[in-house]
Amino acid sequence: MDVIINIFILIPLLGYLLQLFLPGDRERWMSAVAVFTLGLQSVSAIVFFVYWLWNGAPTLNIKDLVLFQEIGFEFFIDFLFDKITAVYLFVGSFLTFLITVYSKAYLHREPGYKRFYNSVLLFYLGYNIVIFSGNLETMFIGWEILGVSSFLLIAFYRNRFLPVKNAVKVFTVYRIGDVGILLAMWLSHHFWSENVTFLKLSHDLLVHEHLKNHSVTGVFISLMILLTASAKSAQLPFSSWLPRAMEGPTPSSAIFYGSLSAHIGVFLLLRTFPFWEHQTSVRIVIAMVGLATAIVSASIARVQSSIKSQVAYSSISQIGIIFIEMAAGFENLALFHFAGNSFLRTYQILTSPSVVIYRLREQFYNFIPRIPTIEDALPKRIENTLYMLSLKEWNLDTLLFRMIWKPLKWMGNRLHFLNRSSVFYFFIPAYLGGLLLLYFQHQLPESLHHRLPLFFAGIGLLMVLKSFNERRSASLAFLLIIQNHFWIALAISFNESYSYSQNLWYLSGIMVAGVVGYICLYLLGKKNRHVNLLQFHGHSYRFPGYSNVFLVASLGLTGFPITPTFIGEDLIFSHIHEEQFFLALVVSLSYIVDGLACIRIYARVFLGPHARSQYDMARRSS
Amino acid sequence: MAGTFVEMLEEIRPYLPAQAPLKDFIFQNPLRAFQKEKFFDAVMHASEVFGYKTLLSLQEYRERYQQGLILEKVLDKTLERTKPGEEKCWKEKLLIQEYLRRETPRIGKVRNAWKNAYKLDMDSLVHPVLFRMVCSYLDQGISIWNFPEHQPGFLESLREMERMSFSSFFKTSRPSKILKEGKLSIETLLSMVVGPSDLHSSYLYDQLFAHQGWSGLVSVLETRPDVLLDSRPISLHDFIYLELLLELDVMDKLYKQWKPLGEKIRLEPTALFEHLHHTELDEVLHVWQEAMEWSYYDQVLAGIQLTKPNQHIERHASPSFQAMFCIDDRECSFRRYLEAEDPSCETFGTPGFFSVEFYYKPKNGQHVIKLCPAPVQPSVVIEELSNTKDAKRDLHFNKRSHGLFGGYLTSQTLGFWSAFKLVSGIFKPTMDRTTASSFMHMNQVAELSIENKNPQDSYLGYRIGFTLEEMITRVESQLRSIGLTKDFAPLIYVVGHGGSSANNPFYTTMDCGACSCRPGSVNAKVFSYMANKPEVRAALVGKGILIPDATQFVGGIHDTTRDDIMFFEEEMLSSENAKLHQKNRKHFERALNNNAKERSRRFEMIDTRQSPEAIHQQVQIRSVSIFEPRPELDHATNALCIVGRRSLTKNVFLDRRAFMNSYYYKNDPEGHYLFQILKAATPVCGDINLAYFFSKTDNNKLGAGSKLPHNVMGLMAVANGSEGDLRPGLPAQMVESHEPLRLLMIVEHYPEVVLSVVLENPPLKEYYCKDWVHLVCLHPENGMVYRLENETMKPYQVLHTSLPEVNDFIPLIENSHPKQHIPVHIKNLKAGIAG
Repeated sequence: MDVIINIFILIPLLGYLLQLFLPGDRERWMSAVAVFTLGLQSVSAIVFFVYWLWNGAPTLNIKDLVLFQEIGFEFFIDFLFDKITAVYLFVGSFLTFLITVYSKAYLHREPGYKRFYNSVLLFYLGYNIVIFSGNLETMFIGWEILGVSSFLLIAFYRNRFLPVKNAVKVFTVYRIGDVGILLAMWLSHHFWSENVTFLKLSHDLLVHEHLKNHSVTGVFISLMILLTASAKSAQLPFSSWLPRAMEGPTPSSAIFYGSLSAHIGVFLLLRTFPFWEHQTSVRIVIAMVGLATAIVSASIARVQSSIKSQVAYSSISQIGIIFIEMAAGFENLALFHFAGNSFLRTYQILTSPSVVIYRLREQFYNFIPRIPTIEDALPKRIENTLYMLSLKEWNLDTLLFRMIWKPLKWMGNRLHFLNRSSVFYFFIPAYLGGLLLLYFQHQLPESLHHRLPLFFAGIGLLMVLKSFNERRSASLAFLLIIQNHFWIALAISFNESYSYSQNLWYLSGIMVAGVVGYICLYLLGKKNRHVNLLQFHGHSYRFPGYSNVFLVASLGLTGFPITPTFIGEDLIFSHIHEEQFFLALVVSLSYIVDGLACIRIYARVFLGPHARSQYDMARRSS
Repeated sequence: MAGTFVEMLEEIRPYLPAQAPLKDFIFQNPLRAFQKEKFFDAVMHASEVFGYKTLLSLQEYRERYQQGLILEKVLDKTLERTKPGEEKCWKEKLLIQEYLRRETPRIGKVRNAWKNAYKLDMDSLVHPVLFRMVCSYLDQGISIWNFPEHQPGFLESLREMERMSFSSFFKTSRPSKILKEGKLSIETLLSMVVGPSDLHSSYLYDQLFAHQGWSGLVSVLETRPDVLLDSRPISLHDFIYLELLLELDVMDKLYKQWKPLGEKIRLEPTALFEHLHHTELDEVLHVWQEAMEWSYYDQVLAGIQLTKPNQHIERHASPSFQAMFCIDDRECSFRRYLEAEDPSCETFGTPGFFSVEFYYKPKNGQHVIKLCPAPVQPSVVIEELSNTKDAKRDLHFNKRSHGLFGGYLTSQTLGFWSAFKLVSGIFKPTMDRTTASSFMHMNQVAELSIENKNPQDSYLGYRIGFTLEEMITRVESQLRSIGLTKDFAPLIYVVGHGGSSANNPFYTTMDCGACSCRPGSVNAKVFSYMANKPEVRAALVGKGILIPDATQFVGGIHDTTRDDIMFFEEEMLSSENAKLHQKNRKHFERALNNNAKERSRRFEMIDTRQSPEAIHQQVQIRSVSIFEPRPELDHATNALCIVGRRSLTKNVFLDRRAFMNSYYYKNDPEGHYLFQILKAATPVCGDINLAYFFSKTDNNKLGAGSKLPHNVMGLMAVANGSEGDLRPGLPAQMVESHEPLRLLMIVEHYPEVVLSVVLENPPLKEYYCKDWVHLVCLHPENGMVYRLENETMKPYQVLHTSLPEVNDFIPLIENSHPKQHIPVHIKNLKAGIAG
């Protein structure tokens, strides 16, 4: 029975691959593949569900595929099926199926028909990997896929300014979530001394035992999980990304940002519930986050004057309540609430264009100029203050900006001394020096040896920070990202047991992706001198081929699960000792900024309004 | 250039989009501010100043030439006319020469300087806040909690908010103080932000056009505050004032000390409209456009000339029934099928308000609706006296579902119901609250206050009902204008039209353009009531129009999306007429099926080879499908307006591209009624045509872009996503099959009469003499064609000597490509009725 659950990953995977290689001008084929994939998935899910219930609804776990094995480290794909997966599977396939049918006519003749269905299937694949994942590593694969496909869906109208800008913004928030999950993974390795499965978490005694010994680590892991969940489910302080994600065609906004994507944080918390249920402090924090979000976003929803952002904020506030329900231990209620909220918001967003029809009709016959609201009972000054704050989204968007972009920019601005020549004439020799030190590491004094990893990782971080802030040369920015990985590899090599073969795993993907990406930029530069990063250039308009290849290359470079680098990243973390918190932080920060820098290069070079064709482009504000 | 602020504003205003909130959508020429100039000058200037793409690109014209849509013989003739003596060299330029892209438009240059002077993206920092504030203030009913202050102006309301709160709209103190004190003039504020006063005008242009959607709406609401149900006084002055404050806020936040833009770096004001020059590329495009238009027009004129010799019957002596339809291009094929079903019937076209102009107030309605062409100002209101419609409520759309507790209950209960709604909405679409239906405009059995009982009866200052005198003149002029003054059939149908669609914020665009984009049902009913009234008929006898007592007028409405028809007051028919009516209904039904079949050729998802009944069902499903962005294709492909007898084009296949107005020149030797017709039809059809024209050529800036990411803002307009500017104009889905051809008005009358009518009225003269609408005249006796050029009628030699002939149009439709236009075909009359 366990083996069967593999098909729920295989169906979307095969569907996605099949569609990827079909010619793009055949609308019927595109939608047929998607509808068939989702239809098959839904039917299989229902059949399997009945069979599973018949057998007494056992929790299924399958250790699927060991991707990398070494003494003390094992990277394996693990799948799990239980009640939570069942509900998410049902809601997810049902809604995605409906959306694929809906979009068949809705997207008819829209440029990018194939891209749309492709991104939807990719999203769905990621979604399934997440909900079936049996350990954090597997989940992280799905997590990365969700992030990228979301980016692609938001930036679906890639020749307009706002969708691209907002896609980058949302991707940034997602990346913060990724730090949480990376750090949680790192600590879990040490906490459990193995790549623990979620199944093991359900052994109360075992969890209890471990928590007794490492209570601080336990709390930290839980908080990291909460950070990730809040980022993905648009809880405070991340809420403002959700309404801004509504830039794609209405059906994709309806299903992903109205429901599935926004509820995936809830899933993460449900999945790790057995772990944090013993930590009262964590439960209180989760409930507080939920409560604060519920109240704040409900107040924001009340003042929204655009229909989609109104639905977005009301969905967020319900998810806040779901957080409270989970913290209180009402798992079933949370699942029920998730399903209801998903259906409702999907439907509301899908039919959002109708608001003009039904509300104007209603108004025409029953017009009441100023319907009194609860707030009218408040003193005027308080009422106005509340209104203003809600209108300004309680400054959440500015806060995000200040939390993320500003510090990055600030650090980047301190790095002006780094330019192409300094990078090459100073840092390459420095790297060679580092290698030399590595060779003689056993002769180094203990105190120095301890500090070197952090030092080199720090240089790596500088590289990506500079890359993130580079304004002139895209290829320089790209080279800096590649360098970062080399510095990290060097840094970790100072931690005893990290071998060259492991380094090979890690750097092989980087090399290939780096070379491919660099060639892309180089060729583009030959055709067109404008490949700086000062503004969006929109080269995908003229060179869609380069755009796609570069996207794949930069994903490879960010450790997207298409190259061995993905496992390499995990390996790197397994070699960071539990007490090397700062090293872990620096490395994970590197990865975050690395992803941002890559997406930034991609967005600036290939997306946005085409700089040379002002006459065919929409105004920036539209 | 520089003047007072008010002068500057009034100079800018006409250039802003003038689209009213969605519910009051009407078709307009997006370049109406340029309409004083000749068409080609206007489009070139608009392009150079504002960066619009006002014609197709050179590439697109050349493609059409390759495809045979632009004919070589027409191109040669156009060159002969426009470039005499240099045809050869220009032809080479048209076909081969490569041109550089146009340089950047003039607009935006001053404001762009923020980027160079301070390295900041002012638009990105100010727009989201500005849009959110103005949208929340204007919101007509999306938000649950309304803007709390309602002072008599936008700025006053903001000021009161700012005063009476612990928070602030701004991040810094200076703008807050300025707003609270309210003493600073906008000129001073401009100087603080922009600097030297000679830059102000350019800056204002740039600022307003950086978000022309919102600027346009604010401007409309300032000039026509009554279009909002929930009144929100606002003005461009206040809007600009706020934006300047927000800009000040951005600068204060970033810099302790900063200089106004114009003092930080050297800036020259942009001379937006001075020394506009034509490039060679402009002239090339000009020739291409003319050649493209006449390649099509010439076919049409040939069609009329070639079929004309075959027909001598002017009108039926005893028609089985008569039917009046709207001038609308969508009725053109329906009339053809109706005539094919019953060859002895007669159909007429006329602007769909049927000469009765009034405001309509539905029972329990809180407002009145204008039912006549937009420029006409009625003085009469007609009330619905009975039959209220129950607006059913659907809890899914209840605002409470967005609250904290309401949402909690809704999502856990109704949430699951919405799963079922979704399934049924996708697999079995039916009419529900997401649907707008033309039949719901007026109840079938509604009782109306058509007749004025007492001159003092009024509502909102409009008199209730028409007087007898008014009824007589309206019926007379209507009948005379379409040439229906004798040989009345026992049944005369008066059929208005409207559209249906689901999940479509542009639902009003599908309704009757002559009724200010509303369904024409009330007008149809009102007109038939008047024409049936014995007193009216008695008076008409005195004017030489004798309507037999047995003749009855029946109002009705044709839903052009669903191809449904509904008649009013069928129970009033005499027993003989009722029998006839039953028979006619069958004709109508079959014609509707066939019409649905013809329309379906444009819908790729429907197989046009199926039976008309089967297709009709699928077409009806489209109209209620929430996932269908193209319930119908509205006026797409419109290119002609024919004013003359039906027989002119009865045997010509025009592929639903013609507005048709019935008119008989003999009844109107002086052109009195012709003037009335042109006065109504030219702005209605011309503006529909121009709205489509420019929404097609520049869907990104003059159109609304794709419908798919649209988000409804404040119930007034749509924007992309949640932070975008409003998108006035027509969406891509509506114009995708449109070809940007100007309207060709074809009038059947003597050239001198037509010329005098056109020159008589300045607005008409502007449309025709400035080339916004083409005009040709068909000589009723010798069939010669005259073209209006430089205010004179010049003979036009039709180039086509033959056209493809078919026995039956159906195979033509079945075998056509959904994206292509079917060339003009004529019916092979010699083959007789064999097909």
